[in-house]
Amino acid sequence: MPFVANGKEALTFQELLFRLQSFWAERGCVLQQPYDVEVGAGTMSPDTFLRVLGPKPVCIAYAQPSRRPADGRYGENPNRLYKHTQFQVILKPPPADVQEVYLDSLRAIGIDLKKHDLKFEEDNWEWPVGGAWGVGWQMMLDGQEITQFTYFQQCGGLDLEPMCGEITYGLERIAQFLQGVDSIYDIVWAIEPDTGKQTTYGEIRLYEEEQYSTYSFDYADVNKLWEHLNAYEAECLALLDASKGMPELESLKAQRRFPVLGAYELALKCSHVFNLLDARGAISVTERVGVMARIRTLVVGVAKAYAQQQELTAPAEALPA
Amino acid sequence: MADFLFEIGLEEVPARMIASAQAELATRVEALLGRERLLEEGSLVTSYSTPRRLAVVVTGVRTQQPDAVEEMLGPSLKVAYKDGEPTPAAAAFAKKAGVSLSELKTVTNAKGEYLGATVTRPGKAAVEVIAAELPKEIAGVYWAKNMYWRAGKPERFVRPVKWMIALLGEAVVPVEFAGVSAGNTTRGHRILFGAEAITIARPAEYLAALEKAFVLADVAVRRQKIRKALDAVTRTVSGARWREDLELVETVTHLTEWPYVVLGSFETGYLELPEEVLVTVMRDHQKYFAVEDAGGKLAAHFLTVLNIEPDAEGLEIIRTGNERVLSARFNDARFFWEFDQKTTLVNRMENLKHVTFQKDLGSYFAKAERVRKVAAELVRLCEERKTDADAAALDQAATIAKTDLTCELVKEFTELQGVVGGLYARAQGLSEAVALAVYDQYLPASMEDAVPRTVEGLLLSISDKADTIGGMFGLGLEPTGSKDPFGLRRAANGIVKMLAEAKLPLLLSEIAGLGSEHSATATKVEQFFTERVEFYLKDVKGYAYDVVKAVQSAGADDVPDAVARAQAVTEVRGSEDFAAISAAFKRMKNILTQAREKGENAAWTPDFLVEPAERTLAEESGRLAAWVEGQRREKQYVEALQTIATLRPHVDAFFDKVMVMAPEARLRAARLGLLNRVLQDFSRIADFSEIVAAG
Repeated sequence: MPFVANGKEALTFQELLFRLQSFWAERGCVLQQPYDVEVGAGTMSPDTFLRVLGPKPVCIAYAQPSRRPADGRYGENPNRLYKHTQFQVILKPPPADVQEVYLDSLRAIGIDLKKHDLKFEEDNWEWPVGGAWGVGWQMMLDGQEITQFTYFQQCGGLDLEPMCGEITYGLERIAQFLQGVDSIYDIVWAIEPDTGKQTTYGEIRLYEEEQYSTYSFDYADVNKLWEHLNAYEAECLALLDASKGMPELESLKAQRRFPVLGAYELALKCSHVFNLLDARGAISVTERVGVMARIRTLVVGVAKAYAQQQELTAPAEALPA
Repeated sequence: MADFLFEIGLEEVPARMIASAQAELATRVEALLGRERLLEEGSLVTSYSTPRRLAVVVTGVRTQQPDAVEEMLGPSLKVAYKDGEPTPAAAAFAKKAGVSLSELKTVTNAKGEYLGATVTRPGKAAVEVIAAELPKEIAGVYWAKNMYWRAGKPERFVRPVKWMIALLGEAVVPVEFAGVSAGNTTRGHRILFGAEAITIARPAEYLAALEKAFVLADVAVRRQKIRKALDAVTRTVSGARWREDLELVETVTHLTEWPYVVLGSFETGYLELPEEVLVTVMRDHQKYFAVEDAGGKLAAHFLTVLNIEPDAEGLEIIRTGNERVLSARFNDARFFWEFDQKTTLVNRMENLKHVTFQKDLGSYFAKAERVRKVAAELVRLCEERKTDADAAALDQAATIAKTDLTCELVKEFTELQGVVGGLYARAQGLSEAVALAVYDQYLPASMEDAVPRTVEGLLLSISDKADTIGGMFGLGLEPTGSKDPFGLRRAANGIVKMLAEAKLPLLLSEIAGLGSEHSATATKVEQFFTERVEFYLKDVKGYAYDVVKAVQSAGADDVPDAVARAQAVTEVRGSEDFAAISAAFKRMKNILTQAREKGENAAWTPDFLVEPAERTLAEESGRLAAWVEGQRREKQYVEALQTIATLRPHVDAFFDKVMVMAPEARLRAARLGLLNRVLQDFSRIADFSEIVAAG
């Protein structure tokens, strides 16, 4: 039930999510729930990072709250958040007309493309820590980046076969854009159908922004964070080391049960702790490269272990020619 | 005879890659048609592009290759016939040439008698040739970054290929690439026209058919349309002008198929922020053109180039949308600016201890200490040599130069490093000399770039770059081949340019010595500087190769002086006397080199000279040398060179009358000594023996 914002009908924040979910579900995507470990982007969810590996086709979509401690602003900046929401779509392989489908998704959320300026500007996404990169575009709508569109080429240092299409919508930005509000906190999140009472983004999320920013900038105990990082890393490395023995495990069942996903969660924990340390200003420029290399070892190690597990337990079916 | 059209349709190609790819595709198509003898005399090649397509049109293409007559050379007659009978070698040659044995002939050349054959190869249809050859050319186009997209397929290209047109006259050429077969249909503007295919009956209709579908495929036309629209829209604000920006015009030209310009505004309050920040946000982050008022000051407007022609309602939506985005960006910038002011640059010195410059060279704090020392020494040398500089201001600038690296605004807009430091220094009440030096510290960033505006700025920039170069060289991190990860060549080029253009009284050897920790490193850095001087004189100033070599042989430690000498040599080198003198000097040098190799002695013993010609040369050269030395010290290089040229008749007479390598040793040594003396005396401005005589 669209409401009138800025002189025209617009979607609420939750309607925007519904529309995108329905749109992609109608095009064959499985809708997944957000991943429940801290990540900086939808790409880092195992539903993207691990599913893109190997030959098995995937068509999946989900919203992903994404935490970036250094971007926190105590809730005082109208355009920057500690935690924003991405809507992530993975199409493996992408349909030939994927660009047109994407344009249709914009129409589906109420954007009349004849009345807006849309440009595909080069933006080649990469996540060095994950050994992942692709080529693609940032989609600019009236000067605002609303989507990152990527043809994934490599992940965990492995060539992807088939190549994957990744579409990442920035939900807050799009909602701000649709509703024409200057501050994220003024986005209308929901409207009660009976009374028309509006709930804003600020009512739902402002206190989180205030407190998470305060934790990452002022309270997080640097020494403890280093201890966490070292502990998560040690456990992850131990699992990766054990994963080398996967081929020798006594049964297919044991191979299937080897906790590569557990190792991945530990690697993600390290990544988030690193971001907290960074927000605390505890990582010098020199240390930075070294710590990132440590995390890369974990993330890329998991990708390789996962690929190996897939090969052992689900022999690749011949791809249709 | 027909026109040929090739178009490859792609998902949006990066703007920065289009121009070169368009040119390369045109070159490749033309070369292919030429190679295959398909081009008529006077055929024309034109090329087009938009973000979604690259196209080439060639007029005057043959539809059929002409037959080719080829003379083939086979085995020698000795091998081809045994006892008058053809051998297998002859039969094999006949088979290869596709003729019978009886049609073979005898060819006589310098090496002897051989079998030969005249072979006529019938021409193929152009359609067949192009279909076979063009895919290789498409695949060969260079892309800075490419991708693969089809499962299990090897081709890599900048973006997925969506369609192709290949038309020779009205015939489709069956070109296949990346799983796409060429046809005779193209696509129009994504939004204004939609996804429907557009049939192109013949190449001549290509541009007009696309224009009907809201695509301007001719880049020059699109660029012109954008410029005119920028002008027209800006005129709606009285007295306003858009800031010329060639690079941005290129970018937006390659981002649009149907450009349209919109003027937006922002709150005048943002004009309190420095222009540099506002322009960076507009230009680098939003691809907007800045607008200035009649006085050249930034106005509260911007221009954006759309890829759509909207209706009146759309226009308003797009305008306000862009205004909102810009306002948010400016707001961020203002937030950073205000936040940064909480800690002054001077109080950020401590923070620099935690910012690494290079792991073995320590922090930026340590770098600042080193740069201060170098700068202090350079100021002292300048003062000694009658060039005034504010030593205290320079020291303060060197101290805080890198503190802006810890500021939020620089973290957000890295391209503003240095500039932000300068602006903050001014805002925080430091002297103008300090602010300007910090502001200009990264200049010149390229050879086209200006040098710092003040002596303090120049000395800071030189000290900083010298420290970086010396430090990296000390660690063995010199640039190799095309690899120069620390930009050391650019830094050294900058130093040379600053010395040359600001005419600073500093020697490269002094700068190399101050920037290096050890004398061995200093020697290497000096050698590196010498290469950069050569680059500057040749590639930047355009002096001839031999002039540069001649000047550098006489030393180039003093850069402005080397430039003045190169200029003087260039001016006089055309004169007949000078050319003759140069040739004579080369001859002297050769004689001396050979004599030295034979272990001959050369001694300045003029009393032993006997011939009038050589005694005259000894006297005249001695007299002129005194003159030349005086002119050289006064830096009257052109006059000095003209003086040297007057030595010509004496040199000519000497070589006419005198045999240098005389039989008796003492005379030989005296003559060699004379030549050595002449060369020594007259090669201080340039080594004329290096000058190559004009053809």
